[in-house]
Amino acid sequence: MINIKGLTKYYGDLCAVDRIELDIAEGEIVGLLGPNGAGKTTTLRMLTGFITPSRGDVVVNGLSIRSSALDVKRLMGYLPESAPLYPAMLAYDFLCFIAKMRGIEASSRPRVIAQMASLCGLEEVMHLPVGHLSKGLKQRVGLAQAMLADPEILVLDEPTSGLDPNQIVEIRRIIKRIGASKTVILSTHILSEAEAACDRIVIIDKGRIIADGSTEQLRNETKAMAPTVRLEIEGALWENARRLLEDLDVVEKAELLEVSFPGPMKIEVTCTSGPDPRPAIYAAVKQTDWILLELRRPSQSLEAIFRHLTAEAIR
Amino acid sequence: MKAALHIMVKELEDYFVSPIAYIVIAVFLLVSGWLFFSTFFLFNQASLRNYFDLLPVSLAFVIPAMTMRLLAEERSRGSWELLLTLPVTARAVTAGKFLAATFFAAAMITPVLFYALCISLIGDLDWAVVFTSYAGSILLAASYCAIGLLASSLTRNQIIAFILAMVLCFLIAVLDKMLFFMPRPLVEPLSYLAADTHFQNIAKGVIDSRDLVYFGSLVWAALYAADLILETSE
Repeated sequence: MINIKGLTKYYGDLCAVDRIELDIAEGEIVGLLGPNGAGKTTTLRMLTGFITPSRGDVVVNGLSIRSSALDVKRLMGYLPESAPLYPAMLAYDFLCFIAKMRGIEASSRPRVIAQMASLCGLEEVMHLPVGHLSKGLKQRVGLAQAMLADPEILVLDEPTSGLDPNQIVEIRRIIKRIGASKTVILSTHILSEAEAACDRIVIIDKGRIIADGSTEQLRNETKAMAPTVRLEIEGALWENARRLLEDLDVVEKAELLEVSFPGPMKIEVTCTSGPDPRPAIYAAVKQTDWILLELRRPSQSLEAIFRHLTAEAIR
Repeated sequence: MKAALHIMVKELEDYFVSPIAYIVIAVFLLVSGWLFFSTFFLFNQASLRNYFDLLPVSLAFVIPAMTMRLLAEERSRGSWELLLTLPVTARAVTAGKFLAATFFAAAMITPVLFYALCISLIGDLDWAVVFTSYAGSILLAASYCAIGLLASSLTRNQIIAFILAMVLCFLIAVLDKMLFFMPRPLVEPLSYLAADTHFQNIAKGVIDSRDLVYFGSLVWAALYAADLILETSE
C-alpha cells in the first residue's frame, strides 16, 4: 500500500533522513520509534506531502507524492505533532472547515461530524472555541479532523505527547478502535506506546532505520542480547561495589545509574549469557554489610533493544 | 478553486468574528473621514477628490495591519502544516487569503459611497468619477493586500511582516513625489512603478489599460513571489 523508496532529506548540509526504505501493507499499525531528533517527524512530513524529499519517493497505491501529491493527500489523514489547530474557531466550525476542504458533501457534513464527535468523545465541547479546550481535548479534535473524510491511511505524529496518563489511555483507546479498519502510521519516542498500539515497530536513529519488525520479533532480538540485572544497595561506596560485582564470573560490567548520598545507589550490571546471574550477585552482596534493597532483571521489553540500538545517540 | 473559496470564507469569518476588524474599520473611517471633512468646506466643491488623494498613504498603514497575520501566524502556530497536508496547494491557500483580504479592504472602503451620497445632497456630484475612483481604490487595496501577503510569507513574525509591508506600500505610494531626486533616465520607469500615478489616473475618471495592467501585474507578481517562497521554504 505504501512504498517508501530511498527517502532522503537534507537541511543544508544536515542529513535529517537518510535513504529510508519501507513497505507498509494495508491494515498495518506501524510505530515509528526513535529518540528526539531521529528524523521521525521529517519522515512523516515527507510522507504526507508537507515537505518535498531531497531524494527518493513515497508511492501510495501506485501514486507518487512527487507527481500526484493532491491525490495522495486525499488518501491520508494527518495529525501533526501538538495538534496545531485554529484556537479562535469553535470545534464544530473547525471540523466543518476541514470537511469542506476534504470535499465532503454539504448534505452529509453534519452526520460525518457528529459521528467523529461521538467516536472521539467531543459531543460536549463542539460549541467551544478550540483555544479553550484542554490539551487532551485538542488532541481529540486533531484526531477527529484527521479521520473526518474516512481516509485509508492515518498518520499521527506523537499523538500522546504532552498528555497526562488518563488522556494517554483515552487517545490510545481511540487509535486502537480506528486502527482496526485502517492503515495507521504513528511516531513516538515512548516505547510503551509503540508496544501497546502497534503491530510493527520501525526504529529510527539519526535518520536511518536501525530495526524493523513486529513487536515479537524485536523481543526475540532482546533475548539474544547480554542480560542485565538492576540492583539497589545502601551503605556501599560505588568503587567497592563496582569492584565486588565485576570480580564475579557472571558479571561483565557494572554501571552506576543513580546515587543519592547518603541514600541507596542504583546499579545496572551487564552479565554474561548463561544461567540466571542473580544468585551469584546475591551471595556476593550477602558477604558484605550492605543492605540489598532490590535485585531484579528488567523485563525484556523494547526498552532494552531501543537502548541498545540507539545507545550512541542517548550518550 | 473550491479550496481557495473555502479558505476565503474561513478568513473572512476570522476577520469579522474578531472585534479587531471592526476597530480597524472604525479607526480607518474616523481618521480618513476627519482628514477629508476638515478641509472639505474650504474648497467649496462637491467632490471626493481630496478623500481619494489621501487613500494611497492611509491604506499603506492600514492594509499591512490586516495582512500581517495571514501567513506569518499560520506558520508560527504550526497550522500551516495541517493546512498543507489537506488536499490543497499553497497557491490555492495564497489565493484564498488574498481574496479574503481584498474583500475585507473593499468593505472598509465602501462607506465612502455614503460620503458621496451625503455630498450629492448639498452639491452637484459627478457619480461616474466617484465610481471609477471607488474601483481604483479597490485595485489599489488589492495590490497592497498582495504585497502584505508577500511580506507575511517571508517571516513568521507578524510585526516584521507589518513593517515590511508598510515600507513597501508606502514606498510605491509616495514614489511619484520623490521623482525629482532621481536621475533623469530613471524618472520615467520609476513613475510607472508608482502606484499613486496609476491610481490618480483612475480617480480622475480615466480608465486606461496601462493602469489596469499595472495593478494586475503588481498583484500577480506579489502573489507569485509569495507562492514561490512558501513552496521553497519548507
